[in-house]
Amino acid sequence: MATQASRAAGRLMISPAVILLFLWMIVPLGMTIWFSFLRYNLLIPGGETFAGFENYHYFFTDPNFWPALWNTLTLVLGVLLITTVGGILLALLLDQPMFGQGIVRVLVIAPFFVMPTVSALVWKNMFMNPVNGLFAWIARTLGFAPFDFLSAAPLFSIILIVAWQWLPFATLILLTALQSLDSEQLEAAEMDGAGPVSRFFYIMLPHLARAATVVILIQTIFLLSVFAEILVTTNGGPGNASTNLTYLVYSQSLLQYDVGLGSAGGIVAVILANIVAIFLMRMIGKNLET
Amino acid sequence: MGQIELKGVTKRFGDVEVIPPLDLQINEGEFVVFVGPSGCGKSTLLRLIAGLEDTTGGRIEIDGKDATDLRPAQRRLAMVFQSYALYPHMSVRKNIAFPLKMAKLSQAEIDKKVEGAAKVLNLSSYLDRRPGQLSGGQRQRVAIGRAIVREPAAFLFDEPLSNLDAALRVNMRLEISELHNSLKTTMIYVTHDQVEAMTMADKIVVLQAGRIEQVGTPLELYRTPKNRFVAGFIGSPKMNFIGGTEAQKHGAHEIGIRPEHITVGTSGDWQGRVTVSEHLGSDTYLHVQTDHGIINVRSAGNVDVHHGDTVWLTPETANIHKFDANGSAV
Amino acid sequence: MARTVTTQRKVIVTAIAWTIAIAIFFPILWTFLTSFKTEADAIATPPKFLFFNWTTENYTTVQGRSNYFLHFWNSVIISVGSTVAALIIAIPAAWSMAFVPGKRTKDILMWMLSTKMMPAVGVLVPIYLLFRDTGLLDTRTGLVIVLTLMNLPIVVWMLYTYFKEIPGEILEAARMDGANLTREIIYVLTPMAVPGIASTLLLNIILAWNEAFWTLNLTASKSAPLTQFIASYSSPEGLFYAKLSAASMMAIAPIIVLGWFSQKQLVRGLTFGAVK
Ligand SMILES: Nc1ncnc2c1ncn2[C@@H]1O[C@H](COP(=O)(O)OP(=O)(O)OP(=O)(O)O)[C@@H](O)[C@H]1O
Ligand SMILES: [Mg+2]
Repeated sequence: MATQASRAAGRLMISPAVILLFLWMIVPLGMTIWFSFLRYNLLIPGGETFAGFENYHYFFTDPNFWPALWNTLTLVLGVLLITTVGGILLALLLDQPMFGQGIVRVLVIAPFFVMPTVSALVWKNMFMNPVNGLFAWIARTLGFAPFDFLSAAPLFSIILIVAWQWLPFATLILLTALQSLDSEQLEAAEMDGAGPVSRFFYIMLPHLARAATVVILIQTIFLLSVFAEILVTTNGGPGNASTNLTYLVYSQSLLQYDVGLGSAGGIVAVILANIVAIFLMRMIGKNLET
Repeated sequence: MGQIELKGVTKRFGDVEVIPPLDLQINEGEFVVFVGPSGCGKSTLLRLIAGLEDTTGGRIEIDGKDATDLRPAQRRLAMVFQSYALYPHMSVRKNIAFPLKMAKLSQAEIDKKVEGAAKVLNLSSYLDRRPGQLSGGQRQRVAIGRAIVREPAAFLFDEPLSNLDAALRVNMRLEISELHNSLKTTMIYVTHDQVEAMTMADKIVVLQAGRIEQVGTPLELYRTPKNRFVAGFIGSPKMNFIGGTEAQKHGAHEIGIRPEHITVGTSGDWQGRVTVSEHLGSDTYLHVQTDHGIINVRSAGNVDVHHGDTVWLTPETANIHKFDANGSAV
Repeated sequence: MARTVTTQRKVIVTAIAWTIAIAIFFPILWTFLTSFKTEADAIATPPKFLFFNWTTENYTTVQGRSNYFLHFWNSVIISVGSTVAALIIAIPAAWSMAFVPGKRTKDILMWMLSTKMMPAVGVLVPIYLLFRDTGLLDTRTGLVIVLTLMNLPIVVWMLYTYFKEIPGEILEAARMDGANLTREIIYVLTPMAVPGIASTLLLNIILAWNEAFWTLNLTASKSAPLTQFIASYSSPEGLFYAKLSAASMMAIAPIIVLGWFSQKQLVRGLTFGAVK
């Protein structure tokens, strides 16, 4: 399968994808870097001047920056924790024999298909609203004062909403992995005297490691840039309590029209993502090699 | 039509030289079998001829024309793969028709040829099935069908029968031999099955580490192996080798004697004790522990000796092979 | 494990699993029910579950007010268009990586995935300005371009994992049979990879349908897909629960139905070929 002709063809066939992705990565990124060194505000056309590291300085000293960084990490880790642990438990449950397994699966998978703007609005208004929301009604019925989720615990509420959207994904992947576990392995362990708990920790969990890696990798990619959920629920507030980096950059560049500052923020976000990526790539490197 | 010549053909994968410069002449209409131990380069050699791999050096000529740089499709060769390599999404009819479609034949012509091939290979009633709905032997026939419709200059087979069970293998072996007799097209056949090599070949090429050890008819290789490797490789059960003083008696560094050329009796040259006896009815295989090591013996019919018995062995002097210190026959 | 499971245990597992499944599904169910209520019933205390005056007026109101079908059509064009475009670019690339791997194939694949790591917000400003200057802002073409490039790495990765399962001998057989490269891909590889291509297609349509960063930032009205159409309900209008619910159902129903019908391929696709 490897003649010179086919190798040349191979290079030819892969080049459109490589070139397009390269351009997609390098052109806008180069422009972002360039803008990040300019004083550049869309409201003051023609006023671009070189600014050195001024934008970075402003961005890092922006009182919103550290909270945004913190919120980004909390959001990613919180959702990952809920979905991975919840996903493993749910997968174990769904792997048991039961009546109507197909329907249960259909129900569990459904939130994955719901677009972020819809799920955020539905949760915000119909569940978390302190007056008319379903949670408020439950609280009142039980004799508690209704809790104003999005004002009192905005980040936590957003974590809940996002986790609801991603739990099906984690569950399905982990369930698929669990079902591929060779039952003879478990039987062998049982013969060797391993109880259900040790079977879980010594056989099932290691078997799930690879799937969990996929779950974490893919979710992280998406979670680092959660945007719509914040936009339609809290607009990053109250204050900056639910502003993540993505939202911060968005508000600086497209709401305050400060292209220079927004670009500096964008570069910071890229660097952060790359740090995370290096960790993740190490992980896949280890777990996905077969 | 169907004469293939390799001149100094070399193949390297990175730094590893899998085929050192190699010359080989395959004549029109010949049935040539490549044999050799696993990893010796049989498949590689076949794929070089097919054009699925580039040569690192040397020339490949087909019917006297240089084919070294031709694409596989231009070489007019057909190949039957070990895994059959049928197109799983096409019916048997479409599978067989595929090369004809690629050659842009008219539909009427395609139909005629496909029907013809199906008749030859007993596939007529399966034409509308998918490969997944066929047995291993039937799949193999489809793969052959796909090869013959093109009327190639030569057929290349890479261990085509190794995925079949023993009984089917015997059948298919006969079918392929019959096919060769009726088509009279050159065939190159890779196997590591002794019996296939001996029964099917006009000419056997024994390979080791990419080198040709010997080329000859099956009986030439059996009777006059050029060296110890060929002697040990051709023939089943394997030839016994004896060195030391016993070999020196025959004026050689080492002597070889085939199991079927030893007679068992109550007196003879070598005394030994039977460690294992296998009674097949038609033959008896004995493993005998002697002063010269374990010696395998094959006797026709049933010989009534068993584990622990003491026997005497006598080699047929005419059939003793002698080798020098380099392993070459003398 | 061929072991008999007691019915009792099965019943308990069933009860727990159904409870959890319904809890997870409940927000969607509740939205569905609310979309058929009057606004008064929608915020009634205690909440009305099934016994209310079922009405479909919310759906007509929503269509009348914000031209649902335009946005639906935009969503279809954008998600299908970007997925098909990505497939056309990715199939040859994945073929090359799976069947003519070189020393750097693994690196290229990893690099492609790493472009996915680049947060969209890092390139938001230049893309926004480039689109503004080239007139691509608020056009379907613009969004198709962005989403194609955005999903390309995932499409390549998925196809690569599917293609790798196809034995190379079959492609070699096609080559021996006289197929050139284009025909080898069209007649042999693509049909054999149909299940894999289908999962890739489905998953990417869903990802693109639900994509809500670029669609929100690069469209305004005429090319806005359903994500944007719904976002407009985040204004105080959102307090009209029944209409919000109707609009939400209209936005998610097509993709939920598609998702349910193609569950099998999807589960395979969802694992990105990494889990068998
Ligand atoms: N693409 C390749 N890259 C590197 N080395 C290869 C490649 N293909 C084959 N080889 C090496 O070349 C040698 C010959 O391989 P080949 O497949 O021709 O053996 P073979 O005689 O057909 O063996 P078998 O009987 O097991 O099929 C082997 O040592 C193998 O490891
Ligand atoms: Mg081989």
